[in-house]
Amino acid sequence: MNAIRRALGSGLVQAFLVVIGLVWLTPLAGLFLSSLRSAQDTAQGGWWTALASPGQLSFDNYAALLENAGITQAFWNTVLISVPATTLVVVIAALAGYAFAWLDFPLREPLFLLVVALLVVPVQIGLLPVAKLFGALGLFGTIPGVVLFHVAYGLPFAVFLLRNYFAEMPKEMLEAARMDGGSEWRIFTRLVLPVGRPAIASLAIFQFLWVWNDMLVALLFADSSAQPLTVELQSQIRQFGSNIDVLAPGAFLSLIVPVVVFFAFQRHFVQGVMAGSVK
Amino acid sequence: MTATTVEKQQAGPRPAAGPAPARRGRRRGRLIALLFVFPALLLLGALVVYPVLFSVGRSFFDASGTRFVGGDNYAEMFRDPATLKAIRNTTIWVVVAPALLTGLGLILAVLVEKVRWATAFKLLLFMPMAVSFLAAGIIFRLAYDEDPDKGVLNAAVVSVHDAFKGTSTYPTARGRTGLLTQDRDGAYRTTASPGDPVTLPMVGVLPKDLPRDARPAAPAATRTSAPDELRGVVYLDFTPGGGGEQGKVDPEESGLPGMKVEAVRDGKTAASTTTAADGSFRFTGLDKGPYTVRLPESNFAPPYQGVSWLGPTLVTPAIIGAYLWIWTGFAMVLIGAGLSTLPRDALEAARMDGANEWQIFRRITVPLLAPVLTVVFVTLVINVMKVFDLVYIIAPGPVQEDATVLATQMWLVSFGGGNDQGLGSALGVLLLLLVIPAMVFNVRRFRNSQR
Repeated sequence: MNAIRRALGSGLVQAFLVVIGLVWLTPLAGLFLSSLRSAQDTAQGGWWTALASPGQLSFDNYAALLENAGITQAFWNTVLISVPATTLVVVIAALAGYAFAWLDFPLREPLFLLVVALLVVPVQIGLLPVAKLFGALGLFGTIPGVVLFHVAYGLPFAVFLLRNYFAEMPKEMLEAARMDGGSEWRIFTRLVLPVGRPAIASLAIFQFLWVWNDMLVALLFADSSAQPLTVELQSQIRQFGSNIDVLAPGAFLSLIVPVVVFFAFQRHFVQGVMAGSVK
Repeated sequence: MTATTVEKQQAGPRPAAGPAPARRGRRRGRLIALLFVFPALLLLGALVVYPVLFSVGRSFFDASGTRFVGGDNYAEMFRDPATLKAIRNTTIWVVVAPALLTGLGLILAVLVEKVRWATAFKLLLFMPMAVSFLAAGIIFRLAYDEDPDKGVLNAAVVSVHDAFKGTSTYPTARGRTGLLTQDRDGAYRTTASPGDPVTLPMVGVLPKDLPRDARPAAPAATRTSAPDELRGVVYLDFTPGGGGEQGKVDPEESGLPGMKVEAVRDGKTAASTTTAADGSFRFTGLDKGPYTVRLPESNFAPPYQGVSWLGPTLVTPAIIGAYLWIWTGFAMVLIGAGLSTLPRDALEAARMDGANEWQIFRRITVPLLAPVLTVVFVTLVINVMKVFDLVYIIAPGPVQEDATVLATQMWLVSFGGGNDQGLGSALGVLLLLLVIPAMVFNVRRFRNSQR
């Protein structure tokens, strides 16, 4: 009797989870199938009609996208923003994280508490003042401007994460390295960075996705020659409905990179997101 | 703490060197440390701390930034209908989304432990975290499309609705004017007595829209009826290719099958039936005297069009739905990680004592998970307050002002045409004030972890 009830219960649980899984998959499948259909087919019926007539599906929209100078330029801009913004955050935060964990300097404790406090500062509050500042410095509208903004707002979390990870290192390890007369720089590059690799990987993936997926910052700080894919697609949202053959493959192009990164580095990704859960 | 140990270590290697070099070494160490933190502090100072102070100051000045207006911008925030709407919507977001997400995440985290494909399920639900709000916005603009031939959600709603309520067969049909009377609700009627055959001529149905099984109505129209019997036909009063007489059942004219017909007397429906393939119907066992023969409005109802997801009333719940799609996996995985650290023996002991799954969940799992649930909830509150892209993308232009939240309103006021940087700064400061409890929470949690 109990066994039957348990089997029935687990059957219900499985069915429920399958339904939830399908609900999660459907919107994504809808985008993908929409991206493979011509504008005429889209005007005539929903993407699910393509399941019955797979002849509708082709990669023509993607071919057209590669010919679209605005989109390809925006794709490269996204790369040119994301890669330096990730690298710089990792380097700057690793240096600071090591100093906060193991070096002595004035105001170390209060400064680190400030970093912790800055974790939750909303990006919005920085938009206007930084725009003015960048305007004065000639950085407004440029890719370096967008990169710097992302680096600055990525730093609190990055420093927090790496400082905490580095602080866990065994003291004896550092002492031994110092006994051997290694300079701080040598200790940092030869010992701290290799030991901190898991945390650095999590941080790099988290920051990369954050910047790659950003729209708000680039919407303000990037002019038309510097704008990433998100902003380029956003500018076409107004005609939504008539341009699904551009928007759907464009959105898919913009999401496939982070999704591949996610599946390739899922462990680091999940750890990064979980560590950043207070951000 | 660590600071003191570091000093000792630095003095350690050269014990014989005396106090002066040690002090010099220490000063050198501090200089190196400052070089290590300098880039981070410079960027944080110039691009985060300074802007916060600037915005706070700027929020006390007017739109052009020349006149000090004190707290006017803050008062304006609660007067201006648009910002008031934004405050209201952000409140809805904060009240609804984190609670739903934490609850859903908890349920799924507990359930997913019971299946073998837990990892695959977690990956699937977590994946949207990697997707940009822009892409998610486009995904849901598509899914929420009002046209049931475009939006998958309305397609589903319409097919469920039609499966239960049925579809009307003749949304375009009208009664022949002058021969049938139209009621205010859209039904058509005429009067007839048992024994007399009745014909109900309709127009407005394209021949291609006729049901496949429709047959000519003429043979049925000429049948005679018994005294207690009311016979008749509902037909399309139109001869393909021309000819034919209005109001008369000509040989080529088709019956309209599947039409609901009612015989009504004194406002009460005495009998009802549905027409056959040739459009004929028959009521038996009626009393003498005239009846109203009625074609109820359900025959002509326009097809059900589904729900206006992105209309003014539902747009905020709809966008919250998209937000759930993105964040549920996060809540589930974080809570799941907490779940795996629960003491197994406490759960086992409860099971041995005969507690059922629900009691275990309610009395043991949830209380033990409380710290994790708090972290998840707080994280979600912070993120929900800052939601921007999703609202900006999903809400169609005319509905933007119904969906607006603090972050989008701040953008619109400062850069999107409003051009009032005083009010914009005040909205930014409000956002900051709202996350200050979270800031305090973080700082406290960190200090406690250091003790």
